Amino acid sequence: MPRSQLKPGAVIDGFTIGECLHSGGMATLWSVTRPDIDRPVLMKVPRVSEGEDPAAIVSFEMEQMILPKLSGPHVPACFATGDFATQAYVVIERIPGETLYTRLPELPLPYDETRVLVAKIATALADLHRQHVIHHDIKPSSIMFRASGEAVLIDYGLSCHKHLPDLLQEEFRLPYGTAPYMAPERMMGTRSDPRSDIFSLGVLLYFFTTGVRPFGETETLHGMRRRLWRDPYPPRQLKPDYPPWLQEIVLRCLEIEPVWRYPTASQLAFDLTHPDQVRLTARSEKVKRDPITTVWRRRFNRGLVQPETKSDVAVQLAASPIVAVAIDTSEGGEELNGALRVTAQRILATLPGARLACVNVLKLGRLTIDRTLDEEGNNKHIDRMVALKHWATPFKLDASRLTVHVLEAVDPAATILEFAEVNQVDHIIIGARRDSVLRSLLGSVSAKVAAEASCTVTVVRPPRLASREIEDEDDLGVQQGSPT
Amino acid sequence: MLLAIFSDIHANRQAFAACLEAARARGAERLICLGDIVGYGADPEWSVDTVMAMVANGGLAVRGNHDNAVSTASESMNAEAQAAIEWTRGRLSAEQRRFLAELPMNVNDDDRLFVHAEASSPPRWRYVQTAVDAARSMIATDAQVTFCGHIHRPALYSMSTTAKMTSFTPTANMPIQLLRGRQWLAVVGSVGQPRDGDPAASFVTFDTRTRELTYCRVPYDVETAARRIRDNGLPPWLAQRLSMGR
Repeated sequence: MPRSQLKPGAVIDGFTIGECLHSGGMATLWSVTRPDIDRPVLMKVPRVSEGEDPAAIVSFEMEQMILPKLSGPHVPACFATGDFATQAYVVIERIPGETLYTRLPELPLPYDETRVLVAKIATALADLHRQHVIHHDIKPSSIMFRASGEAVLIDYGLSCHKHLPDLLQEEFRLPYGTAPYMAPERMMGTRSDPRSDIFSLGVLLYFFTTGVRPFGETETLHGMRRRLWRDPYPPRQLKPDYPPWLQEIVLRCLEIEPVWRYPTASQLAFDLTHPDQVRLTARSEKVKRDPITTVWRRRFNRGLVQPETKSDVAVQLAASPIVAVAIDTSEGGEELNGALRVTAQRILATLPGARLACVNVLKLGRLTIDRTLDEEGNNKHIDRMVALKHWATPFKLDASRLTVHVLEAVDPAATILEFAEVNQVDHIIIGARRDSVLRSLLGSVSAKVAAEASCTVTVVRPPRLASREIEDEDDLGVQQGSPT
Repeated sequence: MLLAIFSDIHANRQAFAACLEAARARGAERLICLGDIVGYGADPEWSVDTVMAMVANGGLAVRGNHDNAVSTASESMNAEAQAAIEWTRGRLSAEQRRFLAELPMNVNDDDRLFVHAEASSPPRWRYVQTAVDAARSMIATDAQVTFCGHIHRPALYSMSTTAKMTSFTPTANMPIQLLRGRQWLAVVGSVGQPRDGDPAASFVTFDTRTRELTYCRVPYDVETAARRIRDNGLPPWLAQRLSMGR
């Protein structure tokens, strides 16, 4: 490679080099400008001189391949790449502000602040996984936030993309990454499981709420391998006021076997967004680590454990969707609610990792001041929750897979759409009213949801009776009860 | 310039025509054939004529073992392949046979190498089945990107400057930028007889400016291609395997 011409004022492929922003172990960051780009961008240049770690080059190649394929608010936009034949670089959007690393002196942070923070990171991670990428280096210095609030994941040098060659597959004899955050299966060479990122995010959540890293700061191979059999101290042992719901979430992320963790980052974000709905298990009550007999069993029977079948980011996401069912609990809706249940049961039967969110909208009047109590003094909100739970009972779903939500709104369709967006719902199941008088008065909620949702929507109708008039036909052209 | 690279056409007119149409739709400017134009399938004349026209229009073609077998009796083959070659020989004109016999074993074009089987010893027709096979081929050439066929299964290998290998089974329609920092070997899959379980015809495009390689899969009229094989009295297994992609 020719000698680097990088200095302020130099021009490379149309980019004018500005100041040097950062000079790290693997790469140097320069502020650059190009007349047609109207936002701040930076050029990341790898260190490739004699004697440098060849891993730095391979990591940089990985970033060069992956960054141009990514899109959305949770990744830095990529504008150009230059290869090793002339000057290796990537030009990416410069996210203003600092990484989460700068907040380490403030740890532990308040529980609720961390909950909101990590929910944003989980949302970003879910978006990355949907783009077929596993990050493999989730840690505070890989995370930034936009002024608008979204988390942005940076540094893709250790990532892998399902549809691109994994250049790191044979590069390292030892597991490569950031030791305190690395998932146990990574010690065994697994690079294809998106739940490794959920483990790393669990480490971050633990660290930010307790001020202690769950597996210490060890860098030795033995120290790193200990997490294959040794569980961390439960946060409640360190902080007696640690909320049980939060310990439930943290320890689920930190499960040694990926299959016991959250199946997707969306489901983790969902629990963090609805702490009152987290189903508490024995995890939430633990005040001591696992007994030594359990640890020994894990440690010395490892050879008996069947290696996991090869995991796949897309398959994992597809098997674990968040399904939201919109249910009308008012009188006379039994037939429709029965049809909704049949459709939801069919969908859930094929998806062992799916979770079901039952949603009911408590409609508020536009002008009247609504009271939460009805004429008899009953709390309307609680009544609806009870009705939703009753509707869901026949599913016999494990409580960790079921949540109920009563949303108060003037515009039911907009509220359902917002719920789906915020909670990264993959599939909405909604009933369509057959009563044409009501629909003409209120407008069709299901039609609006089906038209405007960014996920799959199934519109359900009760079985048609032979004597019904044609005018009761739906306005969507969707067959009754069939998935759309 | 956008190159479209086809290999192992094996006289399957329906598959080749579908791939040519797909390549045109993608804006291919130069067409390249990596050999095995004939053998197995029922339309050798049309296939050879089509490749001859490709070359006449600025394209490239190299020789495959089946092309070689048409003019060389010594090429060793299994019974079905041998039966197909003997049938093919009777169908081709002298001019078509001469075209096949005179095809080069490999062609270098800029920093690219086109060869039917692999680069270490093209006339031995070795299969690239593993990263080790791929490494042997890459060490034997200065070309930064080698394109080959022969194995009928798409694959992509790379070797870093420190001789570390990667192997990858590509996904259709996902452009992959072949970075300059390493050597690459692209096995393009087969147009006329895919064997990776997907019966759709396979070819690749390569953009010489952006260095983006895209594996393409094209569904085609398998039933007609299979019927033509049966109707011409060729071994029935050659027809059956098309619908299974093996």
